[in-house]
Amino acid sequence: MSTSPATFPATERQWTLPSRSRVGMFCLIAAESAVFVIFLVAYIFYIGKSLTGPTPREVLEIPIFNTVCLLSSSLAIHFAARALQRGKTATFKLFWFLTLALGAIFLFGTGREWHRLIYSAGLTISTNLFGTTYYSLVGLHAFHVLAGLLGLTIVMLLALAAKVTQEHAEHVDVFSLYWHFVDVVWVVVFTTVYVVGR
Amino acid sequence: MSSNSLPIPDAIDSTKPTSGEAWLLETLHEWVITVDHKKLGIMYIVAGLLFLVLGGLEAVIIRIQLLLPHEQFVSPEVFNRMFTMHGTTMIFFVVMLILFGFGVYLVPLMIGARDMAFPRLNAWGFWMSTFGGILLYFSFVGGDGLYGAGTAPDVGWWAYAPLTSRAFSPGHSTDYWTVALLVSGFGSVAIGVNLVATILSMRCPRMTLARMPLLCWLYLVMAALLLFTITPLTAAQVMLMVDRYLGGHFFDTQAGGSAVLWMHFFWIFGHPEVYVLVLPAFGFVSEIVPVFSRKPIFGYPIMVAATVGIGFISMSVWAHHIFTMGMASYSNAFFVLTTMAIAVPTGIKIFNWLGTMWGGKIRYELPMLFCVAFLFQFLIAGLTGIMLGSAPFNWQLNNSYFVVAHFHYVIVGGILFAILAAFYYWYPKVTGRFLNQTLGLWNFWLLLIGFHLTFDFMHFAGILGMVRRIYTYEPGRGWEFWNVVIGVGTLFQVLGLSFFAFNLVWSYFRGRLAGPDPWDGWTLEWATASPPPEYNFSVLPEVRSARPLWDLKHPEDPDWKYQ
Amino acid sequence: MSQLSSTLLAVQMSPTNIFAPSSTPADSIFRLSLFVLAVTGAIFVVVFGMLLYAAVKFRSREGDQAEPLQIYGSANLELAWTVLPVLIVMVLFLSSARVIHAIQDARKPDGANEVTVVGHQFWWEYRYSQYGFVTANELHVPVSDQIRPTPTFLTLLSADTDHDFWVPRLAGKTDLIPNHPNRTWIDPYQTGLYLGQCAQYCGTEHAKMLLRVYVDSRADFDHWIKAQQQAAQFNAGMSPEATEGRKVFERTACINCHAVAGTIADGRFGPDLTHLMSRDTLAAGAAPNTRENLRAWIQNPDTIKPGALMPAMNLSDKEFDQITAYLLTLH
Repeated sequence: MSTSPATFPATERQWTLPSRSRVGMFCLIAAESAVFVIFLVAYIFYIGKSLTGPTPREVLEIPIFNTVCLLSSSLAIHFAARALQRGKTATFKLFWFLTLALGAIFLFGTGREWHRLIYSAGLTISTNLFGTTYYSLVGLHAFHVLAGLLGLTIVMLLALAAKVTQEHAEHVDVFSLYWHFVDVVWVVVFTTVYVVGR
Repeated sequence: MSSNSLPIPDAIDSTKPTSGEAWLLETLHEWVITVDHKKLGIMYIVAGLLFLVLGGLEAVIIRIQLLLPHEQFVSPEVFNRMFTMHGTTMIFFVVMLILFGFGVYLVPLMIGARDMAFPRLNAWGFWMSTFGGILLYFSFVGGDGLYGAGTAPDVGWWAYAPLTSRAFSPGHSTDYWTVALLVSGFGSVAIGVNLVATILSMRCPRMTLARMPLLCWLYLVMAALLLFTITPLTAAQVMLMVDRYLGGHFFDTQAGGSAVLWMHFFWIFGHPEVYVLVLPAFGFVSEIVPVFSRKPIFGYPIMVAATVGIGFISMSVWAHHIFTMGMASYSNAFFVLTTMAIAVPTGIKIFNWLGTMWGGKIRYELPMLFCVAFLFQFLIAGLTGIMLGSAPFNWQLNNSYFVVAHFHYVIVGGILFAILAAFYYWYPKVTGRFLNQTLGLWNFWLLLIGFHLTFDFMHFAGILGMVRRIYTYEPGRGWEFWNVVIGVGTLFQVLGLSFFAFNLVWSYFRGRLAGPDPWDGWTLEWATASPPPEYNFSVLPEVRSARPLWDLKHPEDPDWKYQ
Repeated sequence: MSQLSSTLLAVQMSPTNIFAPSSTPADSIFRLSLFVLAVTGAIFVVVFGMLLYAAVKFRSREGDQAEPLQIYGSANLELAWTVLPVLIVMVLFLSSARVIHAIQDARKPDGANEVTVVGHQFWWEYRYSQYGFVTANELHVPVSDQIRPTPTFLTLLSADTDHDFWVPRLAGKTDLIPNHPNRTWIDPYQTGLYLGQCAQYCGTEHAKMLLRVYVDSRADFDHWIKAQQQAAQFNAGMSPEATEGRKVFERTACINCHAVAGTIADGRFGPDLTHLMSRDTLAAGAAPNTRENLRAWIQNPDTIKPGALMPAMNLSDKEFDQITAYLLTLH
């Protein structure tokens, strides 16, 4: 039982709380991470367990170019957000477009890879365990890239209509957290699928 | 008991005109488009209560079918749908919705905020969750197409693979289960995000985390848990759809897939899920017991620590649901350890509630009656949980009526009683009127008797070998007597809850008027009118401790002097 | 009351009572459960008692408006009621771990009896590979001597969905999961019939996938084995109806699912019928094995077990009579 009186500080610190959009975005990222973890666990669990069909080693080509594009897009969005913070809207638009383009190239590259896998290598989602887990995991990631591209496009259009100003720097920064998350996930997926699992 | 010494201004009269030609449409419209956390909170709760009627009906059908051996009240197909729908409804669309409702209503008020962090997300979450429930029930007509007379899911609420594969579940009944929960799962994650952001970012000045009401702490941990709990189920359900419609092999044992993987994924969701359900109940008890014992909660810091501890440990115990699945002995042993370990912070809470009552001056108003019943019943539930946590004992008790008795003890004896306590406690705040005392006492005693008749004796059926999820049973195994007692108890419970439902409606129109602070409470929601105005607070009391109103009412003996 | 008479009383209450063990795994679990019950019982008495005391003693008195002493906590008390539960947790964990290991990691002794159990929707297949035959739904095992134990080790497989083998008086339950072989073992102390049922929801007729374990004396068991190893015997005294029945059986879809050793019927989807009439029940315990039930079953299984996977064969009444007569010869 504590009974000694505490002295109350004479001056109050300024009352600041974390920004709610930032907290919300971190929560979203946490939730999405959990989804990815489950798909990753399934992928890892089933490595080497397919009863038939092509193995990763036989059909997978390491997507170096795609990866470079996606990771560079993270750099680009970082520069874009910083530019907007400093009020440099032109620079912001340039780097934002670069992010969008690099992301689109990644997605297009994934699509081309899948086309080759399905039509040349004979690997589909129903071929074997590898096929099921591969397309699900990479597909889930690609879906998140697509969602990000949608958001990037909307902001791009708004920026071109001169609606995005320095005021929105914080919002753009929060959005970039999502994009960075997508990139980090790709690093993990890439390592698991193309390095460890082959 | 209301305090006249607080400077609570009357609410500005912003009553909408209720006369006029289109008042019904206007009112409906207002509720449909609302993003106000108070309205949404009420909507969540009302939706949950409606689903409670459906889930209860399913339970009654189950108990009638099982009154006698070889009873033919319903066919096995219908029975299997009944227990699947009963479990799915009660967990996802009754308890979760009601708890979301209380959280969304109370948390902004208790932290002195104007609304949730994301009001539109709040509305979206509500509509997604409710739509999921409606979709689930649509399966009764849509599951097999109208010409097939429709089928609801019948795979059990855990939907184990490979029973859920196309081979063993043709038609669409399983898909209704999967998609309905997928959709409502998005709503649940939205609530999780919203509650965390609200609690972290919207507290009024000077309300540090250490001065937050315990209910808010419990909702914070619950919301964080939601983020990591629902999503594994979402992932597994996507995998199931890939299997069923894209020819995938996640759980296809013929292609080398694993049924065990589904079990792990499901319970990685399923166990923390039960903590999602119980933590808000703890929150209600942690607010109500102190007020009616007239003492602060005993050991606020350790209650917070125990809550956070429960949140973390709960993510490590899941395989105690599958002790019989055939894991290696050391895996089983690991999960025994973590399961027993979670009993420690949970037990601490019981002791702290006891410590709160100890030396107090307990007033046995209805909220406190329900809380005391909660304490006794949750204790027993926890102890049968410990029994189930010992893997070898579990090898006998699992999948029997002992487990069914255990989890109903937690969910009905614990969580439902805490929810009812919350109703009786906060109804005056929400509506400005007390719930009727007499009706409430009928509610309490009938439900108490019914609960114990049903679920105390259910343990014995399990001990005598009665398996769960069976639509009938053999005579001569010693189960007949217990099933009859269970059935009788069900009747009492239905009566008790009927009194409650009637009380809710009757008191809205004829209940005794309550002022802003009918119970002499200490947290911020009592510092505004009942019901609160749309903007919640016109004047916020100064927050210097976890009990701002106590400090105001007892300037000679404020909390902040001792904390 | 002696151990035996209390067990008998418990068994009288129910033949599936988990507290009436008659085999080492069930008995180890029973002993552990008594310990766990004692510990939880003690906790219950103490905490329940204190709750009751507090609830009664600290009621507010009529008219007393003063607030009680506001106490915020007590570090010592909180330490005590953290440390004590941790100790209890350790004790319960260690005692459980010991029994887990003893049961799960038990070595299979030489000369142990082995049976492979395959779970089907909604019946049990028993493969006695040591003796070269397959049977269904009624498991026979030899009684195990305390001095010279002859346990039976069961390998648990599944042909379709998840099932669970649970005979409470003999052992804890273990799942049968496709693509995930499991193992369990029993060493019954006394001869007799032990009951149980499938304990993992497996579909429509989960409720009627019953278990019957016949624990035989060594002599009876050997006798039973010998009989099961024989192919179907058809003697000259077989009635014309039965002979005709065999022809109908062998030219219709019956043989796609069922096997009768020594004939052309070798289907494995349904129960082996070679010694059908040596069994007391039909359809995994759903009905007694009588002429009437057999006739009703083959005409329309849904009358006994609605949802069973055996279809109603659209044959004529005469053909059903003939098939029944044939099946009745399969001893």
